[in-house]
Amino acid sequence: MVIFGLLLKAPVLFSQDFLSEGKVTGNTQIDAQYYSEDDKLGITDSTLNYKKFGMNGFANLIYTNGNFSAGARFEGFLNPMLGFDTRFEGIGVPYWFTKYKTGTLEMTAGHFYEQFGSGLILRSWEEWTLGYDNNIYGFNAHFSPYKGVMLKGLVGVQRYFWEPYENSNRGIVRGLDGNFFLNEMFGSMTDSKTKIELGGSFVSKYEKVPEITYTKDSSYIEVTELGDTINWTNHKVYRLDLPYNVGSWAARANIARGGFNFYVEYAEKGNDPNATNSYIYKKGQAIYTTLSYSQKGLGIFLASKWIDNMSYKSKFSESGNPPMLDINYLPAISKEHQYSLATLYPYATQPNGEFGLQGQVIYTIPKNTALGGKYGTTLSVNYSLAKSIEKDTIISSITGTQAGTDGYETSFFSIGNLTFFQDINILLEKKINSSFKFKAAFYSQEYNQHVIEDEIFDDKHIVKAKIGVLDLTYKLDAKNSLRMELQGLWTEEDDGNWAAAMLEYNISPKWFFGVQDEFNYGNPNDDKQVHYYNFTFGFNQESNRISLRYGRQRDGLLCVGGVCRYVPASTGLTLTITSSF
Amino acid sequence: MKKLIGLAIAIFFAVSIFAQTDSKALFKLPAVDIQNINGAPFSTKDIKNGGKPVIITFWATWCKPCIKEHDAINELYSDWVKETGVKMYSVSIDNARSSKQVLPLVNGKGWDFEVLLDPNGDFKRAMNVNVPPHTFILNGNGDIVWQHVGYLDGDEAQYIQIVKKVLKGEAIK
Repeated sequence: MVIFGLLLKAPVLFSQDFLSEGKVTGNTQIDAQYYSEDDKLGITDSTLNYKKFGMNGFANLIYTNGNFSAGARFEGFLNPMLGFDTRFEGIGVPYWFTKYKTGTLEMTAGHFYEQFGSGLILRSWEEWTLGYDNNIYGFNAHFSPYKGVMLKGLVGVQRYFWEPYENSNRGIVRGLDGNFFLNEMFGSMTDSKTKIELGGSFVSKYEKVPEITYTKDSSYIEVTELGDTINWTNHKVYRLDLPYNVGSWAARANIARGGFNFYVEYAEKGNDPNATNSYIYKKGQAIYTTLSYSQKGLGIFLASKWIDNMSYKSKFSESGNPPMLDINYLPAISKEHQYSLATLYPYATQPNGEFGLQGQVIYTIPKNTALGGKYGTTLSVNYSLAKSIEKDTIISSITGTQAGTDGYETSFFSIGNLTFFQDINILLEKKINSSFKFKAAFYSQEYNQHVIEDEIFDDKHIVKAKIGVLDLTYKLDAKNSLRMELQGLWTEEDDGNWAAAMLEYNISPKWFFGVQDEFNYGNPNDDKQVHYYNFTFGFNQESNRISLRYGRQRDGLLCVGGVCRYVPASTGLTLTITSSF
Repeated sequence: MKKLIGLAIAIFFAVSIFAQTDSKALFKLPAVDIQNINGAPFSTKDIKNGGKPVIITFWATWCKPCIKEHDAINELYSDWVKETGVKMYSVSIDNARSSKQVLPLVNGKGWDFEVLLDPNGDFKRAMNVNVPPHTFILNGNGDIVWQHVGYLDGDEAQYIQIVKKVLKGEAIK
């Protein structure tokens, strides 16, 4: 009520001065799709549930005046576009905030996004194209008591579709974080070439937990002295002792010197039996570390990560897709590719246990050398690997499953035998002359379909794919350009081979025309050898962008930042309008 | 309660929109705590260029047109700086998965402009950016005077044209 009063009175009381200084900015995006029936893809009105039209839209407004800002996001899903959970259907304001800064204290009341360290124990964020939003509704404070020190504290509940928080229908998230930049804190370190930053965080979730019980009957026969037999049944009821509070902590360090940059974060989570980990009581553990060395023209990057039982949600019974109520974020360690066929088999983090490794080298052969040519040539090589961790499973004699036990035993940083994902790729970028440049890429991927798509932990269905890409840009003059992409994907497994071609004609800075076809010519099922064609037309005008696309969308995983959403196949017309002001 | 809050917000914005004064500037650069390319704290209020124009562009390592935009600008950047004194800040919205790859990528590519990290999209939200690339031009006072969404080959010519107009104090439209 206080916030409400503040909001209502602010414009009235502070009169002209307050208002004339202030600014309102905002942005909006509307995606509207009209779906058609398509025999080839098996799409009929009834498979569409008669929802011929889908629309996702939002409008965001931010009012800023000096140290005060307030904002709101209005969203509508009428109906949600194909691939979005039907529980998103609705219209309203799922996000609003007020923020004020005095001195070095910044307070936010309302909804907010926050990240501690790399997010291993807390990250709230949104990604519109994924339909992902785990904003926290409550209070958030940032305070810097001393230069180089930043303390954060928050309490709130998370978004769950349109469902309001009431009657303990989900948990409450509390968090504290401290970040210490030593070079700013200590005068003696100001001029040091070594930059050191340390941080630590603590997060806890409170949840009103229900009773989960298991019954186990054992029977035995007793023969009395008189020779009678008695059949006894021993009826026992066991109750899972679910924790009301689940805590987690993390510590991190970032050290930079010269061309080197090193980052490490370690996190632990207390016992948290939940639907994702099959109700086991084992603690969770994670480590994420990166090391890079770079100088002009050369960049080397190494990363590794090891996670065990780190799914952390503000409702213990929540699991599955779309991912909701996540408190933390576990980054996938593979590279996010730019070309469509290279993202046909994308990796997503396995929260119940995974080891990951990544290495990348980027080298630019200097200008005016034999190999570099007149403009220089850039070469990137990247390797990533995700594997299982070692697990010695414990089965409970009471539940018959892992539930109620520690689940399994593992040792820190152990690496299992099962490969989840592997990707080695090379990218060459070269400009031949002022009007012609090209990029060529080759990828070799191994994708464990059972693990990633079906959560079946075996190696019975591994897709091995080779992908080649050629991306050519030809500038006709200062404003007109043509771009062509040719892609091929070769595999013996899953849907077989693909070929893709795309031609774009751009007139800078406004117009854009494109024709594209992805053809699944190698599909073992002749009926599924489909052309996924698309015609695109776009118009940019400063910060407005309008585009119209007609064609077929193939089914698959759409991933952003390692979180994926399944998109079913569809045919139809898509209109997108985005605008900022 | 929900409806009341919604109504309060609506009234609030309605009143404040009408109360705005006309100005060439679209809006002032918001002050948001993000990171420099090494991961150390950086406040966007320190985005400055001694009274000269500034270009801010949002990008990500996985964004194809962004990389093209940056490559194209990098070729011209030293000429731009010589001619106009402009400075470009390039804000990566890569999250924890790839934000640590930004530094070796930027150096490996030999990009010369200043790069900042916005791993949880705080600055992106404050600037109302939907998707990258999204480019802003600021005048010498730090006011945003022009913005542009997307990148098509050749768009960089328009950026420098706007910068020159800003320097001369000419109307942009």
